[in-house]
Amino acid sequence: MRLVLEWLHDYVRPDLETRELAARLAMTGTEVDRVEHHGVAALEHFVVGRVLEAGRHPDADRLWVCTVDVGDGAPSTIVCGAPNVAAGQTVAVARPGAIMPDGTRLKAAKLRGIRSEGMILAEDEVAIGTEHAGIMVLDGLPGGAEIAPGAPLAQLLPIATEVLELEVTPNRPDCLAVYGVAREVHAATGAPLGPPPWEHDPHPAGDAIAGVRIDVEVGDLCPRFTARAFEDVTIGPSPWWLKARLLAAGQRPINTVVDITNYVMLLTGQPLHAFDLDRVAGAHLVVRRAGDGERMTTLDDVERVLDEDVVLIADDEGPTSIAGVMGGARSEVHDGTTRVLIEAATWDGPNINRTSARLGLRSEASARFEKGLAPEQALEAQAVASRLMTELCGATPLAGTIDAGGAGPAPAVVRLRDARLAALLGAPIARERSAEILGALGFGVAQAADGLDVSVPPFRRTDVTREADVIEEVARIEGFEGLPATVQENRTGRPGQLTAAQRLRRRAEDVLVGRGLREVVGWSFAGEALLDRLRLPAGHRLRAVVRVENPMSEAQAILRPTILGSLLDSAAHNAARGMGDLALFESGAVYNPDGDGPLPAEHHALAAVLRGALQPASWAAGSPPQAGFFAAKALVEAVFGALRVPLAVAPPEDPAAWPFLHPGRAAAVLAGGEPIGFAGEVHPLVVAAWDLGDQPVAAFALDLGRLVARAPETAGYADLTSFPAVRQDLAVVVPDDVPAARVVEIVGAHASSVHVFDVYRGAQLGEGRTSLALHCEFSARDRTLTDEDVAKVREKIVAQLAGIGGELRA
Amino acid sequence: MTADRIDELRAEATAAAEAAPDTAALEELRVRYLGRKAELPNLLRGVAELPPEQRGVVGKAANQARQALEALIEHRAAQLAAGELDARLAGDRVDVTLPGAPPQPVGSLHLMTAVRREIEDVFCGLGFAVVEGPEVELVHYNFDALNHAPAHPARSRSDTFYVATAQRPADPGDQVVLRTHTSPMQIRSMEAQPPPIQLIVPGRVYRPDSDATHTPQFHQVEGLAVDEDITLADLKGTLLAFARAIFGDERDVRLRPHYFPFTEPSVEVDVSCFMCAGTGVLPRTGVRCNLCKGTGWLEILGSGMVDPNVLAGIEAHDYDPERWQGYAFGMGIERIAMLKHGVPDLRLFYDNDLRFLEQFG
Repeated sequence: MRLVLEWLHDYVRPDLETRELAARLAMTGTEVDRVEHHGVAALEHFVVGRVLEAGRHPDADRLWVCTVDVGDGAPSTIVCGAPNVAAGQTVAVARPGAIMPDGTRLKAAKLRGIRSEGMILAEDEVAIGTEHAGIMVLDGLPGGAEIAPGAPLAQLLPIATEVLELEVTPNRPDCLAVYGVAREVHAATGAPLGPPPWEHDPHPAGDAIAGVRIDVEVGDLCPRFTARAFEDVTIGPSPWWLKARLLAAGQRPINTVVDITNYVMLLTGQPLHAFDLDRVAGAHLVVRRAGDGERMTTLDDVERVLDEDVVLIADDEGPTSIAGVMGGARSEVHDGTTRVLIEAATWDGPNINRTSARLGLRSEASARFEKGLAPEQALEAQAVASRLMTELCGATPLAGTIDAGGAGPAPAVVRLRDARLAALLGAPIARERSAEILGALGFGVAQAADGLDVSVPPFRRTDVTREADVIEEVARIEGFEGLPATVQENRTGRPGQLTAAQRLRRRAEDVLVGRGLREVVGWSFAGEALLDRLRLPAGHRLRAVVRVENPMSEAQAILRPTILGSLLDSAAHNAARGMGDLALFESGAVYNPDGDGPLPAEHHALAAVLRGALQPASWAAGSPPQAGFFAAKALVEAVFGALRVPLAVAPPEDPAAWPFLHPGRAAAVLAGGEPIGFAGEVHPLVVAAWDLGDQPVAAFALDLGRLVARAPETAGYADLTSFPAVRQDLAVVVPDDVPAARVVEIVGAHASSVHVFDVYRGAQLGEGRTSLALHCEFSARDRTLTDEDVAKVREKIVAQLAGIGGELRA
Repeated sequence: MTADRIDELRAEATAAAEAAPDTAALEELRVRYLGRKAELPNLLRGVAELPPEQRGVVGKAANQARQALEALIEHRAAQLAAGELDARLAGDRVDVTLPGAPPQPVGSLHLMTAVRREIEDVFCGLGFAVVEGPEVELVHYNFDALNHAPAHPARSRSDTFYVATAQRPADPGDQVVLRTHTSPMQIRSMEAQPPPIQLIVPGRVYRPDSDATHTPQFHQVEGLAVDEDITLADLKGTLLAFARAIFGDERDVRLRPHYFPFTEPSVEVDVSCFMCAGTGVLPRTGVRCNLCKGTGWLEILGSGMVDPNVLAGIEAHDYDPERWQGYAFGMGIERIAMLKHGVPDLRLFYDNDLRFLEQFG
């Protein structure tokens, strides 16, 4: 909302600099986005002048050379291009030094050889109108003919004002109006508030208008519909003071009648619509729902297809307006209009909101109606409009006002308890002060035993309904500067701390950070194309995704089913910028549509991608280790180890589970036998799809929630020191197709710890055989084992290894 | 005669040991004077053959001489070894200015995570629990239960991402959206536990918006405290403590009235600018402070007293608004991070450029 200060001053004029006023408004609940200057500056250079002589320019057909009395001794010579300039006129003059609305400073200049000391102004040149065809002749203004040359122009015309761009919160449609803001300013600053502009309604009384019929068929969607009619209307340009205010408020002047409706809306907050009464078929308006598929052309020349949720104003020939949103072309006022019907109605806010959303049509009117206006505002607006129609259009009001619906329900009375106010805010406010604030805001107050009985004015009817709402009104005007800063006692019975799961999640992230990985935060959104780039075939479970109905772009149309995509995106971003050695991880949600209830399922994933060198090259060693399957697996081992969850890694049961992985270098990650993720090398085609070159990219992804759920909250003590373990290395030779894990399982059944530290294949082992070197520890809970004990255990191991074609290497 | 010989050997060996240039020479001396074939041990072994009256004297003298020599050689050996070690170490120099090896690269948390943790820790210290909730949420929790009017503009498709569902639900509250704030967890938390309650909700939220200060996904921390006597002054004090923990002990906060559907009264909270100490002007240059645009204040969050309608709408426990009251707040994690670390563009958070990531966490 653009608040024109010059206009505000009609009703309230606080003794504050504009910046101070803006600050005060901000601190009482009306945010000021910015303060703007509208119009000209360096006002001392804008003066009233009188044209003494106007003669043709000797060297230019269209220019006049004028001698203009500007009040200081010798008259000025001013070259003017306007066809309507003539001797004897009182005109507006900008002298050298004047600053024009676009910020340029006027200088004396030669025009076709004659020096012009300023310019005679047209209305658009001082931003109080849009006409440029001729200069402004001020003789017609009240006192214009008598005013002395040299008088400041600003006394006659509103050529400069400050404009506050206000951010009005959606609960305050009453502040989308000059008078509504004036009331706020009054309450916030204490400056006296003038009477409302609708105080005197000049319209002749009566509850009907001869020859005009209105039927409201949908009273629930149109709580009030009022109409007044005028004849002998002269349509023309509006006076400068009115055009200036509209322009400053951001509205383009059109003609008197349209300008009056806009002006009244900006002043009172109530939109109005003017019909050419002679073009209202049957002089009969009906407010009804549109038929399904009914069409009408709106003022912006677009044919709209409507449905039953849209409310129309129709005459005997069909729709003329979309109620509360936009009028139609058929009954629009035009230059020849002489009879005007002015409508001011109240519409159901949610309905208007839906209609304007559905039609993609937002207007100043719909923006106000959708917030819910008070029915009382309709007649307030009619009163101001009647006065202006008479004053500016010479109109004759037809007696009577049609009023369907009438005023709104009686205002609520809310008890404001002193004690409740103090209990909610944490500090008391004196009852007298509360009464003073509420009175200034337009509330009625009456004393009650424990506080005040507060009557809500109609224009706050929907916003203020409860004691808490009244407390807010008092508190925001009183301000919070004096409020003490205290901290409540924690009476929940629990300390403030992270849950075990939250601590473990941090632990898992920290493990990766400690191993040199950088955390990224990727997009939850992805494009459908992600699924193809991941090589997911039709019917793959990850192809079932959560879809956004109204995405900002195709690339953000689904929610990621795996976190791998956003990690590869981050990898590609960096690789493309010459940072190709990458160790990135992400910790965040992934989504699939199969939730238990009405919502999709989300789980917290922890995933990483590795590419290139895993460490910086070092002068002390050869080339650094490179990303690959085992690098990813080692990180999984680190995370499991830190969380103290036993890890199992196995070839995937379903070879098609992860089509984005290298089929020979992909593994299921299991916790407690439950698969919770994968580790592997990314399929070369997927690597290529992300432009990551031809070197291996390794990755893992885990359901961190399920992993954390398996982590012990408390570690129990085991006595590993009283009876030291016996350490022995074993070399086991097995057929190639026996996984190492099987050997570790057999040996581990008898040993307290087994670790594979070397793998060897060679001619002396024989074709198809592999030797695994194991560090083993053997121990017992109740004694230190002897060599003979261990020898017996080894016999058992040998026997069992034989079952898988294995043997101890001599 | 024998006694003299002993003295002579002792003196000779002592002088030699003291003159020995290194441990090898010393070892030679030890063998020569104390080894199996050396004269002194032989003398000792021959004591039994001496006349009885000499045995005691000679035996004692020889024994003393041997012990003295042993001690001397041991002492001297240690001395020489120490010197030799010194000399060896002095020659064993490395270029200490080379990088450590093998390299121990340390990674980093994303700035967003680092700041989220920082915020969590501050509120844990203030006695708040940390809870999390679904990012894909029902309209009921995202809007209805938070007292948003049916026509509230935030519900519009230009302000909220809607999720496609198989059928359009009969109840509009069952429509599914990407949560536009972390506030739905106020409702879910109160449904899950009776008052008193105090908790924060960090999490990812979504709004269709994209420019230097808006991305379609971002992160918030919600706060909720409900008890019988929690006041707006408590909100001010709690957020003052928070602001000082994050932005420095000198900070101040101010509350500015605002409007949110689910709080009443509602306030926006500003923290005094840490760049210009709240003056709006940079101390050294006198130039207008760019961070706070000369106002001296930085807006950090929206908050207020929980609206009675929100409390009354909780069916699971007795949240009677005549008995229970409290405050709620919601802040943008990225906004806090941008202010604190001087990050000029929100989109940097989601580029995940290593040159950005390496600077934080």
